Amino acid sequence: MPTLLQLENITKIFDGLVANDHISLEVEKGEIHALLGENGAGKTTLMNILYGLYHADGGQITLRGERVAFSSPGDAIRLGIGMVHQHFMLIPVFTVAENIILGLGSLRRPVLDLDSATERIARLSEEYGLDVDPQAEVCNLSVGARQRVEIIKALYRGADLFILDEPTSVLTPQEVDDLFTVLRRLVKEGHSVIFITHKLDEVMSISDRVTVLRDGEVVATVHTAETTKEDLARMMVGREIVFTVHREPMSPGETVLEVNGLQVDIDDDRCSMPLQGISFSVRRHEILGIAGVGGNGQSELTGAVVGLFKPAAGNITILGKDIADQGTKGVIKLNVGRIPEDRQAQGLVPDFTISENLISTNFWERPLSRGSLLNFSVIGQLARGLIDEYDIRPPHPGLLAKQMSGGNQQKLILARELSRDPDLIIAVQPTRGLDVGATEYIYKELLNHRERGAAILLISTELEEIFALSDRIAVMFKGDILGIRDADTVEIEDIGLMMAGVRPEEQVAPEASR
Amino acid sequence: MSRSWYQKAAPLLFALAPVWAVLGALAIGAVFIAAAGISPIDAYAALLDGAFGSLSGFGITIQKTVPLLFAGLGVAVAFRCGLFNIGGEGQLYIGALFGGWVALTFPNLPAPILLPAVLIASFIGGGIWGAIPGYLRAKWNKSEIITTILMNYIGFWFVSFLLHGPLQESRGYYPQSEILPQASWLPIIWEPARVHLGIILALLAAAGVYVLMWRTTIGYEIRAVGSNPEAAEYSGIPVVRSMVLAMFVSGGLMGLAGASEILGVQHRLSDFFSPGYGFDGIAVALLGYTHPLGVTLAAVFFGGLRSGFNAVQRTEGLPLAMAQVVQGLVLVLVVASVILARVRTLLRRREAASAGRAD
Repeated sequence: MPTLLQLENITKIFDGLVANDHISLEVEKGEIHALLGENGAGKTTLMNILYGLYHADGGQITLRGERVAFSSPGDAIRLGIGMVHQHFMLIPVFTVAENIILGLGSLRRPVLDLDSATERIARLSEEYGLDVDPQAEVCNLSVGARQRVEIIKALYRGADLFILDEPTSVLTPQEVDDLFTVLRRLVKEGHSVIFITHKLDEVMSISDRVTVLRDGEVVATVHTAETTKEDLARMMVGREIVFTVHREPMSPGETVLEVNGLQVDIDDDRCSMPLQGISFSVRRHEILGIAGVGGNGQSELTGAVVGLFKPAAGNITILGKDIADQGTKGVIKLNVGRIPEDRQAQGLVPDFTISENLISTNFWERPLSRGSLLNFSVIGQLARGLIDEYDIRPPHPGLLAKQMSGGNQQKLILARELSRDPDLIIAVQPTRGLDVGATEYIYKELLNHRERGAAILLISTELEEIFALSDRIAVMFKGDILGIRDADTVEIEDIGLMMAGVRPEEQVAPEASR
Repeated sequence: MSRSWYQKAAPLLFALAPVWAVLGALAIGAVFIAAAGISPIDAYAALLDGAFGSLSGFGITIQKTVPLLFAGLGVAVAFRCGLFNIGGEGQLYIGALFGGWVALTFPNLPAPILLPAVLIASFIGGGIWGAIPGYLRAKWNKSEIITTILMNYIGFWFVSFLLHGPLQESRGYYPQSEILPQASWLPIIWEPARVHLGIILALLAAAGVYVLMWRTTIGYEIRAVGSNPEAAEYSGIPVVRSMVLAMFVSGGLMGLAGASEILGVQHRLSDFFSPGYGFDGIAVALLGYTHPLGVTLAAVFFGGLRSGFNAVQRTEGLPLAMAQVVQGLVLVLVVASVILARVRTLLRRREAASAGRAD
């Protein structure tokens, strides 16, 4: 097969940190090329260079035999490169057609020519089996459909090389199968696909060849048919991985969190997912995992449980206390540890030092402050202790949070939220964007607290994570909980079906049987 | 590819951005001064000499520094809470009104009681004028940039109305109040340069802002809200209260800027008594990187510029308009350089963030 794209010695340095170190890579016409690597290996950086978002500090790019240089995504798009980002770049309140022609201008300027665009989108959708209605509002589409809109958007702009950045992380298992069908169709029509992932199973099932990145360097490029999952894992991490999570069987104790008929409706956000009156409880020595595709009400649920949103109906009690009017501070005072979904947005104050961030939930308490004066010697002592205990690096209390790596930022949050031995832990996507080592650390930490007697509510869109940690698994769909199952006996297919909205005929509520 | 000279020098270039801005403004200003038929070298020599070369000139520099320092601190406090207070001028007039009213209403109180009372009243007056937009922003997300600008008009014209009516001096010629009781004046503390107590108060205010913002839980909350309101709320910090409080303190400092001018220099309340100190505070704060120490230096710089240009006008016959052109240039370039530096940090932060997240 002819070579479509050739990257040679691409190098990118951020503030002295080498993100891409002389990376070379070839993509052939009509192939699905997987780019495999851990979080932080440099995959996204490389693709952002290819897409014109970053400028490489060295190396060259050859496309269809010609040397090219991109200074913006516009250049890349003109040369037939389409990117489907991990976080979709769609405007929720626009229709599919409006989103797709965004930034393209109109042939009949200044009149917006939606009709011919709609027609063309419908044709493309048909041709590639994408099943997208051009007139639907994006807001009302499922995540899988939004992803297909992104693919059509690239097709509409004439892309023949598609870059998909972790495309499956937001999908249900069934949607992943659908996506793979679409990708196979694309390459059959002569397009090429670069598939960025850190999941080995996906590499094995969809790719023709795979390039493994580690610490910003290429480890190897191999034909998928000639390699094994184990080989790829070793190349990706550089050591024997596949840590196993030991979840000791334990009998749950008293109920810590009780949610009853909870309804939440955030009226200032058109695309929010109102909660439909959900109920569950979490007890000591127990991890309740909430599975589900993102955007099915998880943020609304978390927001309510941590005290950010007031329930429209129903109630939430923590150790018997109703938290309706408590606010976030009241919930913190009930000895609740929270690991937020987005550590940059919710978990940390980026311009604050490590010390300042470590006290953000209890700086108003003695001995951290007296009256309203902060006591810096006590704060310094506390910070040094926690930095040591949680191995936060670099170990400088005065370092700004924004200067730390993702894994260490997460450790900072763990240190702040878990060092006080909370009765209830609310962990949302606790390992998002972290490498294997950091993930393992966080799993162990959560399981230790389970053993100690904390009740843990784990909300995650990563099914593997849910299965590794949970004692019971609840599935959220469209603001409702479709079922709660015992993690040791449930089949992954059942959970997958519920994630897709298939309501089980007969629900066996484990709580009722106890 | 090795890193170019530009990449190596860039951090230093950007760190000194305010310095380049000032030099650039003076360079462009030189063209204007030359166009007015005056030698730029003579003009700038006269400026430096006028601002710092004599005791009386230095005294005027200090006199101009006082309201600029209060106003710069005011803008800085709001800025650290993520708020852009452009309503300094209105807050300054309302603060002066509150203070002036107290002074005129209780003329017989002894100075040790009257002066503090007047200052407190000014702080409260300006504070209320700042807290209102702060509340509108915190509670209903109404842009404080718009509301503070609008409150300027209300504040200024309300004071003007009172000075044309109920508060007007008994002679009734000018829109100004009676002369304030001497007990409310800021006493001269250094006779040769006629420096009044205001400079000490302003420096104390700078120290106070430092302690408040970096040593107390209140300042901690304000800065947390300024850097990341979402995380602040998640941590249980009262975001609304912090914003309102920051705007109250910001407006209060503006009120003190007004009070220092009427109690230290004018000795009566009049309309148009401020030549735009409330707006200049923005430049002072930004040039000083919204840190009390930097703001203090920036206030002295702008104070010197104001008093120096007075001298240039006198000795070299430079038209007042031209002096204002140069001051305007300094402002534009300083603000541009600060924005440039901010944009650069923002871009780098974004690149670094996506690199950190790079999977």
